[in-house]
Amino acid sequence: MLTLDQATYDGIVAHARRDHPDEACGVVTGPVGSDRPERLVPLRNAARSTTFYELDPKDLLQLYRDMDARGEEPVVIYHSHTGSEAYPSRTDVELAPEPGAHYVLVSTRDGAHLPHRPAELRSYRIVDGEIAEEEVTVVPT
Amino acid sequence: MPVEVKVPTILRTYTDGEKAVTGTGGTLGEVLHDLDSRHAGIRERVVDGDAVRRFVNVYVNDEDVRFTGGLGTGVSDGDTVVILPAVAGG
Repeated sequence: MLTLDQATYDGIVAHARRDHPDEACGVVTGPVGSDRPERLVPLRNAARSTTFYELDPKDLLQLYRDMDARGEEPVVIYHSHTGSEAYPSRTDVELAPEPGAHYVLVSTRDGAHLPHRPAELRSYRIVDGEIAEEEVTVVPT
Repeated sequence: MPVEVKVPTILRTYTDGEKAVTGTGGTLGEVLHDLDSRHAGIRERVVDGDAVRRFVNVYVNDEDVRFTGGLGTGVSDGDTVVILPAVAGG
């Protein structure tokens, strides 16, 4: 199960809407081993694509350096799908680099990039090519 | 010439969980061969043919090796190699 506070949940959805129709990506970091997503870090999709996302290698190095300095790891790795459901694509599964992370997907399809429409947010574990969906609980910030 | 190689979580199965290991060689390619002699299989996860894999990033002293000669990038005593899988998807 993934527990997100309301501000983090809203922040992820807002980022997905902001970058629509391109895919948005980012992480929520937390203390190593804690499984607590605490620090929302929206990142730049260097691919600037409606069907693909990728961090710039420089941004990736900086992200990992910051996390090391803070004793953090990526608890959540999120990205958006802007024309399909919030379910991991084949590419998402092949490239999933963090077996310990929660993979969060947000869909902004069908007008969900607009603020008054509900956006679909779902979470998965992706380990050894296997997808397991998990419940998302949102708690007050 | 020993260099420190920082290993990402997903490759620590090859290093008994170690976050950093030591390798020797005059180039990145040589260091990866050296690592593979003690951590069999790790090289193949980083290298495809004669280049670094498309969705793996390798840095020598913070420089992305794609811009410094790939596997031929020179390394010397005390350098740091960082391996990070791309954060990417579709």
